[in-house]
Amino acid sequence: MLGLSRKDTTLLLIVLALVVLAPFLLNPFPEDSELARFNAGYPDLMQRFVIFGIFAMGFNILFGLTGYLSFGHAAFLGVGSYAGVWMMKLLTVNVVPAIIASVAVAGVFSLLIGYICLRRSGIYFSILTLAFAQMSFALAYSVLTPITAGETGLQLSLNDPRILGSSAVDGTIPATNFFGIAMRDGFEWAVGGWKFTFNFGYYLCAVIMLIAFYISIRIFRSPFGAMLRAVKSNQQRMNYTGINPKPYTLAAFVISGMYAGLAGGLMVAVDPLAGADRMFWTASGEVVLMTILGGAGTLVGPLLGAGVIKYFENIFSRLNEADLNQMFSGLPDGLQSAMVTVAQMFVGDGWLLTLGVMFMAVVIFLPGGIVEGGQRVAGWFRRKSGTEKSGKAAPAASAAE
Amino acid sequence: MGKLYVSRRSLLKGSAAAGVAIAAPTIFTSRAWASDFTNKPTGSSVTLGFNVPQSGVYADEGADQLRALQLAVEHLNGEGDGGMMNTFSSKALKGNGILGKKVEFVTGDTQTKTDAARASARSMIEKDGAIMITGGSSSGPAVAVQALCQEAGVIFMAGLTHANDTTGKDRRRNGFRHFFNSYMSGAALAPVLKNAYGADRKAYYLTADYNWGYTTEQAISQATEGVGWETVNKVLTPLGAGDFSSYIAPVLKSGADVLVLVHYGGDMVNSLTNAVQFGLRDAQANGKNFEIVVPLYSRLMAKGAGDNVKGIFGSTNWHWSLPDDGSKAFTKSFGTKYGFPPSQAAHTVYCQAILYADAVERSGSFHPCGVVEALEDFKFDGLGNGPTLYRADDHQCFKDVLVVRGKEKPESEFDLLEIVEKTPAKQVTYPHDHPQFAGGELGTCNAGTA
Repeated sequence: MLGLSRKDTTLLLIVLALVVLAPFLLNPFPEDSELARFNAGYPDLMQRFVIFGIFAMGFNILFGLTGYLSFGHAAFLGVGSYAGVWMMKLLTVNVVPAIIASVAVAGVFSLLIGYICLRRSGIYFSILTLAFAQMSFALAYSVLTPITAGETGLQLSLNDPRILGSSAVDGTIPATNFFGIAMRDGFEWAVGGWKFTFNFGYYLCAVIMLIAFYISIRIFRSPFGAMLRAVKSNQQRMNYTGINPKPYTLAAFVISGMYAGLAGGLMVAVDPLAGADRMFWTASGEVVLMTILGGAGTLVGPLLGAGVIKYFENIFSRLNEADLNQMFSGLPDGLQSAMVTVAQMFVGDGWLLTLGVMFMAVVIFLPGGIVEGGQRVAGWFRRKSGTEKSGKAAPAASAAE
Repeated sequence: MGKLYVSRRSLLKGSAAAGVAIAAPTIFTSRAWASDFTNKPTGSSVTLGFNVPQSGVYADEGADQLRALQLAVEHLNGEGDGGMMNTFSSKALKGNGILGKKVEFVTGDTQTKTDAARASARSMIEKDGAIMITGGSSSGPAVAVQALCQEAGVIFMAGLTHANDTTGKDRRRNGFRHFFNSYMSGAALAPVLKNAYGADRKAYYLTADYNWGYTTEQAISQATEGVGWETVNKVLTPLGAGDFSSYIAPVLKSGADVLVLVHYGGDMVNSLTNAVQFGLRDAQANGKNFEIVVPLYSRLMAKGAGDNVKGIFGSTNWHWSLPDDGSKAFTKSFGTKYGFPPSQAAHTVYCQAILYADAVERSGSFHPCGVVEALEDFKFDGLGNGPTLYRADDHQCFKDVLVVRGKEKPESEFDLLEIVEKTPAKQVTYPHDHPQFAGGELGTCNAGTA
């Protein structure tokens, strides 16, 4: 189907099903149960799952295929966001021009940065990209305040021209929309004790994510993708056989920059504010973590990694002592307070500790990330049922070079 | 069984401009009036969202805000000693929650970043059903979250945010600020500085390189130039620089005799310490003693800078040593519960929570537009700042501003600042379209999803 092999088609359909059914899958616990705090099916987080999925997917095209570890990818996300908000300020709050502009501007910006940074490889490349990203952050945060609104973040205002739309509707800034369908609107369905939210903004992001995922599969399976893998396995040999790898790596860099721009555009489409913080180096580090955690060089890995990290960031970080006391209330007194004390280190602002432990465990025991874990489990089942395990090698997740 | 949530605005727009834009299909709009506004409380409780920095540079202030907000919730629910509810001039609150509904709260971490603050506010609104968001210790997140609350149709009661923009160019109808601002700091400080140091002074500014720094530097320099001071130089310093030596070194040779440190939090602690280490306080320039000024003071900062703050002027929103009944009641109930006096950050969010609850009681509904109406041009007293006005034009509170000085002989680790002057509200009042605040429009109130 769509020029994909049977296996890839299945994968695409699985992702499609997951994304469409996400409002159900992420809200498994009834509203008033104790476990409802672990529900993730609210618009903001669902949007984040798919948007950061796109971001990580794009990063994976560069890192997973060519092995070039960019440590400044958040800069493209940020540039995309600013371009998107400016489109909404100048043209219209319809998200289509904003998203197109985000991708285009991020593409041009990544061409510029890529052209310079790709003169070096390995650690030098990483440091160069990091330097550029931090420069972009510093510019956005202070020097370019007239364009980026600095620390406050660029947002829509009642005085924006919006020449294709209206500056204000009834004294309010019009809501970002897709041809009249407002991004923050949606449909709620209460059934039994459950409440499921179907948000229009989420579904727009989801559709775009599926398209991006499809493109990513096509790139992975194309001769171009094979060239990128060749860059990763031995760039010198490519040089000796008379192939110049630079155009390939630059193309991969720009494509992945455009994915990041797309993610940035979607972020402002669902929530029209672009802050400089999203270009900070920690944001660049986060996408590296997502990709490695999920499985670098695999198709669904980055999506899974993005989901896991965003889940921890938004759900675990909000558990506090009172919640823990409630959760362990069934235990005897002494044991309860001991459990709460221990667990407290891993939730709330300690969520990064949880993430760190998990990341170490994955890198040490499952170098191929969550995807390798899944493959191993699948392998056990296949061995049990007596069929041969398919010869697909576990994806290499060693860091670049 | 199904319920559509569509913002009332987009419906109005949809029906009014159906011919122009592709309107939302009617199937989406058929049951739009199921409830009146975003997160209308239906059960026996109401949820407030406390969005404070729990990590990052302002984590200390965030923790103090959370303490004060928990105290406010106790008082609203009729537990504890009632604190400032007893001294508050409006007597609408009865200590049985808000409109008889028990007050519950959820917390979020702003990390002092706009994105993170917005994400945590969104999850409190979308997931936990928060009807009001308060807290925060920096202007960037405050402006971002205020815009979010406007879009979502809930009320935002700003925490510690001092930049002019919050009620200036970024003001919003659904957002309110109790804290004072840069302009007021300048207007309050300038006469005091003139009396203390004379009218013939040359000032050198080290300014934190972000939004709050710019507006504060502008406010202070304009105010001091108004009393005859001269501005020698303005230098931007990166946020979180850690070491300011390289910025301090040229100050003495510049011909200036006053250094204004437009820094806040850890930056102020570091830059002030550097300046003192460089001997600026003992130096002479232009035949006068060299002086240092810190526009925005907080007790937590004074504590961090230790002995270096002695004798240094600054302004603050509130101080626990104030002798009025409201301040005493608040300090007492905070101190009883936590064992130390509250900071100005704690005070401002406590006031905001009480003011919100009171406005709901007075308007008789949680409807955000009713709350906005109840707060606009609301005059009150007894919350520690004397008679106060919530101005309708920009949703800024107008009250007395405290000019403080680092105490020479502190009696405890909390007794670090002494009040030099209480600048009356009249003196710090400005027209809402003052140039430093121009370019903003409140717009109309948004009740959110219909």
